[in-house]
Amino acid sequence: MPTAAHKKSKSSPRRRSEPELIFGDLWEFDPAPESADPKLQARYRLFIGGKFVAPKSGKYFPSFNPATAKPIAEIAMASPADVDAAYQAAAKAAPAWANLPGAERGKYLYRIARLLQDRAREFAVAETLDGGKPIKESRDFDVPVAAAHFFYHAGWADKLAYAFPGATPQPHGVVGQVIPWNFPLLMLAWKIAPAIATGNTVVLKPAETTSITALKFAEIVQEAGVPPGVINIVTGAGVTGAAVVNHPTAAKVAFTGSTDVGKLIMRSTAGTGKKLTLELGGKAANIVFEDAPLDQAVEGIVNGIFFNQGHVCCAGSRLLVQESIAEAVLKRLRNRVEVLRVGNPMDKNTDIGAINSKEQLDKIAGLVKAGQAEGAEMFQPKCKLPREGWFFKPTLFSGVEQSHRIVREEIFGPVLSILTFRTVSEAVEKANNTAYGLSAGVWTEKGSRILKMSTELKAGVIWANTYNKFDPTSPFGGYKESGFGREGGKQGLADYVKLT
Amino acid sequence: MPRLPISKTPKCYVGGKFIRSESARTFPLNDATGEFFAHMPQCTRKDVRNAVEVAAKAGGGWAGRSAYNRGQILYRLAEMLEPRTAELVNALTLGGATVAEAKKEVAATIDRIVHYAGWTDKFEQILGNVNPVALPHFNFTVTESMGVIGVVAPDEAPLLGLLTCILPAVTAGNSVVVITSETAPYPAIALGEMLATSDLPGGVVNLLSGFRKEMVPTFATHEHIRGIGGVVNAADRKALEIGGAESMKRVKVFNTADAIDWYAGEGPKASLYAIADFLEYKTTWHPVGA
Repeated sequence: MPTAAHKKSKSSPRRRSEPELIFGDLWEFDPAPESADPKLQARYRLFIGGKFVAPKSGKYFPSFNPATAKPIAEIAMASPADVDAAYQAAAKAAPAWANLPGAERGKYLYRIARLLQDRAREFAVAETLDGGKPIKESRDFDVPVAAAHFFYHAGWADKLAYAFPGATPQPHGVVGQVIPWNFPLLMLAWKIAPAIATGNTVVLKPAETTSITALKFAEIVQEAGVPPGVINIVTGAGVTGAAVVNHPTAAKVAFTGSTDVGKLIMRSTAGTGKKLTLELGGKAANIVFEDAPLDQAVEGIVNGIFFNQGHVCCAGSRLLVQESIAEAVLKRLRNRVEVLRVGNPMDKNTDIGAINSKEQLDKIAGLVKAGQAEGAEMFQPKCKLPREGWFFKPTLFSGVEQSHRIVREEIFGPVLSILTFRTVSEAVEKANNTAYGLSAGVWTEKGSRILKMSTELKAGVIWANTYNKFDPTSPFGGYKESGFGREGGKQGLADYVKLT
Repeated sequence: MPRLPISKTPKCYVGGKFIRSESARTFPLNDATGEFFAHMPQCTRKDVRNAVEVAAKAGGGWAGRSAYNRGQILYRLAEMLEPRTAELVNALTLGGATVAEAKKEVAATIDRIVHYAGWTDKFEQILGNVNPVALPHFNFTVTESMGVIGVVAPDEAPLLGLLTCILPAVTAGNSVVVITSETAPYPAIALGEMLATSDLPGGVVNLLSGFRKEMVPTFATHEHIRGIGGVVNAADRKALEIGGAESMKRVKVFNTADAIDWYAGEGPKASLYAIADFLEYKTTWHPVGA
């Protein structure tokens, strides 16, 4: 039970001491592990033409549990020849799929949505096992929202004429899709649902470190009786991804991942006529004004940066807080971070799970070192990290400057940089001072200011008095070097059709 | 010795319960060969008023659910009908349809439910909008359900026509009180039993069997009925419009005299606009500025 303690604040004598919530320090939580069976196979093959097939090279690579750093399954390494086979299957399936009445296409998506709901817990456990995210997130967010994306797009399949008045929507044909490791199943849903609802067929490559739920999804594709070749899944690393992007059959390429790779893809598809959508990195400003409800804002800041270990392209990684309340916010933030539970992702009480890979852990550690070297003040809670696996403490940097690497570069980890501002225009100026433009947060009780900020901020998604909210009906995507195209809503649908 | 089957007492589905008419009146229903089949509840104006009351109570909860949830519930209704196709086919053949015709009607009905299930979280994205007003204001228009809608179901296509009239109003977030087909009331009885096993909250759809001449006048004048849909003859239409003038009812009905193709695409009217028939528009102004 939370207890309240009154402490005198020495640093701001004019401010009355505030009651402070203390939780979790009276006794240790018992472990609460999720025990549902993820029903993993020892070895996963490629999913091409409705069948699981061995890679032509015969090569497999291990997929690790980030919480233990131990391998949990073998994944097929698709060569360019395998990718070609997937494109052939997709091309073969394309005309019949495109000509199917929309209502009938939609029924397949409804089936997929329902089957995902039926196997939700199994998928959530597999996602956490393979990716390291807390089970409460995979259970309450990733899997249900993935199912919701299929449900939403199922309904569009026979209503496309309403979405594009004055034009005739046609599918592109075969779409090549490459997705990241931070939300493996959800990103798959964001990619596949609108593509097949509009009559395209797909070749999708999941990220190298998180292939398992995509291949479990392939089982659902079979259970749903989706015609062979409509959905093909090829696994592998960069070479496989390049083969997916560069295959001449791809009429459209959709990519979610880093801005660096996004730039490579744009160069490699240049001149081919392929349609392109890119959902890339971000360095979102989460802006807190002095009239904001501070407790809610602190929760929003924590959610904004520590959700999914900060492996979120729209993470609120730059906190901009109005100078007059900076000290109060920082104090509350430190108290809050001190009680975050970091550790076993499969524990239902865990707030921050494992870092997805050793490579990413090293990258985060490197940037945090740079932050310290550049003179920022670092705060980390006293929590103990598990001895095995890949973990990183939630980290706050104050006293940072706009030129610091930790303010400019996407860290993709649980690291928050805190800046201050005095006026609305200064907040706008600082928030927009980045090459990225994916999202931003605004905290204020003043409605007109929310709308003013929303007008001025150069970002594709603005969250006001909330953060990290997602819905299939709501378009998501970026300005500037955060890429182009939208996923979700009518606007997301538009990226999967040719309008004639 | 052949076993004697149990014959069913048809009851109306109102407020999530199965009722007889409060009047205790019934009328006999014969099958297609002219043999006696069952006694149908002959609902009254008092039954209409009772149904409006439960519909009004259920309406807020239904409209307040997320659009996604409403879509899933309507889809669940389709899931409840599909495996019960044989029962619905029997209900339709009772009124004279051939088995082939009945199968076609049931399939089209299920597909129509799925079609509307897909609208719940989309119609707002097309019917609502942001308005670029010339003042420093953010101005947007959203839709809102009306409340209780009265539906007069057509006689022909007693299952497909019935649901084609109900679904747009329910998709929009309204609850409905329905006078079912006079000549073929039994499919609505079977439908009620399937509605009861779907996740649709009781009171959102209320199905009354009986005679239009007894219930339409109450539809016309009941102040809590905000709109009227369905199919009516010219005299009933005029009566509904005259009666509805007092409370400014939205009367959006088809004429019995017009040949309606219930199988056409999305029904006799493009589905989005059928939904819009039972929605209000609400516009909000808010200043923009630091």
